Amino acid sequence: MVLMKRAPPLICLVSLLLQLTLAGCSPAPAPTVAATTAPTAAATATSAPVVRQPGELLLATTTSTADSGLLTFILPVFEKANNVKVNVVAVGTGQAIEIGRKGDADVLLVHARAQEDKFVADGEAKERFDVMYNDFIIVGPKNDPVKVAGTKGAADAFKAIAAAQATFVSRGDKSGTNTKELAIWASAKITPTKEMKWYNAIGQGMGDTLLFSNEQQGYTLSDRGTYLSMQDKLTGLTIVFGGQKLADNQDKLLLNPYGVMAVNPARHPAVNYDLAMKFVNWILSVDTQKLIAGYGVDKYGQPLFYANSAQYQAAQ
Amino acid sequence: MDELLRGIEQAMRLIASGDGALAEIVLLSLRVSGLALLISTLCGVPVGAALGLSRSRAHGLITALLYTGMGLPPVVVGLFVYLFLSRSGPLGVLGWLFTPRAMVSAQVVIALPLVTGLTMTAVRSVDPGLRVQVRSLGATRLQEAWAVLLEARIGVVAAIVAAFGGIISEVGAVMLVGGDIEGKTRVLTTAIVLNTRQGEFSLAIALGLILLALTFAANVALLRLQGRT
Repeated sequence: MVLMKRAPPLICLVSLLLQLTLAGCSPAPAPTVAATTAPTAAATATSAPVVRQPGELLLATTTSTADSGLLTFILPVFEKANNVKVNVVAVGTGQAIEIGRKGDADVLLVHARAQEDKFVADGEAKERFDVMYNDFIIVGPKNDPVKVAGTKGAADAFKAIAAAQATFVSRGDKSGTNTKELAIWASAKITPTKEMKWYNAIGQGMGDTLLFSNEQQGYTLSDRGTYLSMQDKLTGLTIVFGGQKLADNQDKLLLNPYGVMAVNPARHPAVNYDLAMKFVNWILSVDTQKLIAGYGVDKYGQPLFYANSAQYQAAQ
Repeated sequence: MDELLRGIEQAMRLIASGDGALAEIVLLSLRVSGLALLISTLCGVPVGAALGLSRSRAHGLITALLYTGMGLPPVVVGLFVYLFLSRSGPLGVLGWLFTPRAMVSAQVVIALPLVTGLTMTAVRSVDPGLRVQVRSLGATRLQEAWAVLLEARIGVVAAIVAAFGGIISEVGAVMLVGGDIEGKTRVLTTAIVLNTRQGEFSLAIALGLILLALTFAANVALLRLQGRT
């Protein structure tokens, strides 16, 4: 009885959804109340193809490459040259890798070496390539109450913060930055737990985390690019470890390499492998690498990302 | 306060300039939520009316199920729709994840129980005497249902208004299943999250004001229908 009662909406839903696949996403001009909200949209929306087309590439990447503006800067070149559309899903590295693992992305541009190597080892991608790098910095309150600036390395800096129980803000989202942060805590032989009142794992992106640190006057680990691009909004924060540019960073542990991987079509037949490999070869090419190396120099006086594909290095 | 004023000022300037990217975001929001509402209305009103009119012993259970559906947290809906539509999920062959279709699907799951449940409640609260009267005039079952629906129209429109307000302002599900892709699946709510994340508060406020204005306009338009028969 219950099942029969529940059946009509289900059948109704499924059949309507099926109609959608056939009819595209433009709403039918039905004379219901919904028409009062829908018609302008139906009439004027440039109906983008909704099902993934051969001419579309889905790139799952980290918030840092998107938020820094790098992708907006370089992607149009690829899109124009190949007459394709690159759809960018910008999430934490952990989530980006999961999207790849389910076969929902064609190509990944991420920064957590251990997770990337595991991805390749699991057969989810055939190979990983170096694309570029930048570095992490520790930012904190302008007056630096813990005197992190005087420490010798990132692990020492974290030890000082923990010893003083100074407010620390963690991404707490399995992103590349979060992975690096946890690695630094491990090398400092400290295990952050939620019992530590000064340790805040907020589960948000880099921008949110920096804003939170600014409000709470806490320390946090950030990639240099995102910090530089938001510096004008972070009036209460300064770089307490890592120096003013990458060359000044004393701790090599803080280097932040980005890798690119095409999702393995043997594992996920639906991925757009040809286009993904085109993208991989394009981003590793000397011309694109030069674009990457030049991005941000005019605005910040230093590149946000340092190109380092094998091709680029060979050409230097 | 400064931030707020600047946001309002920027909102006005953005709207006045007819910014292309902004128009795209607004239109996609309307397209996705409008379509989801259309589907939910076409399915939910008849089913809700049928449930409201029938006198079955399973009513208690159906009501409980519907009311649970009405309270589904959007982000949970998003999670399940994500897993269903993922290439590794049961509906993966559709290739809908990270497209507007995925967003419509998630919003239908959120809106359908709302429309169905509130329609059912509205229909049930119609004076039973009306049905007896209509039937005695020789009406068919369909005509009888139509008469009851007309009588309950205020409640039905309220159901649709509530559903629209729920889905156009929802962010958790569309963020998960749409992926917030610029020019493709970025809607007002996900754009607000993105701009807040980047510290672009003025733009976030501008988008928020547009969202409020849209919801208000849609509600006024829908409510005017209550007056008509």
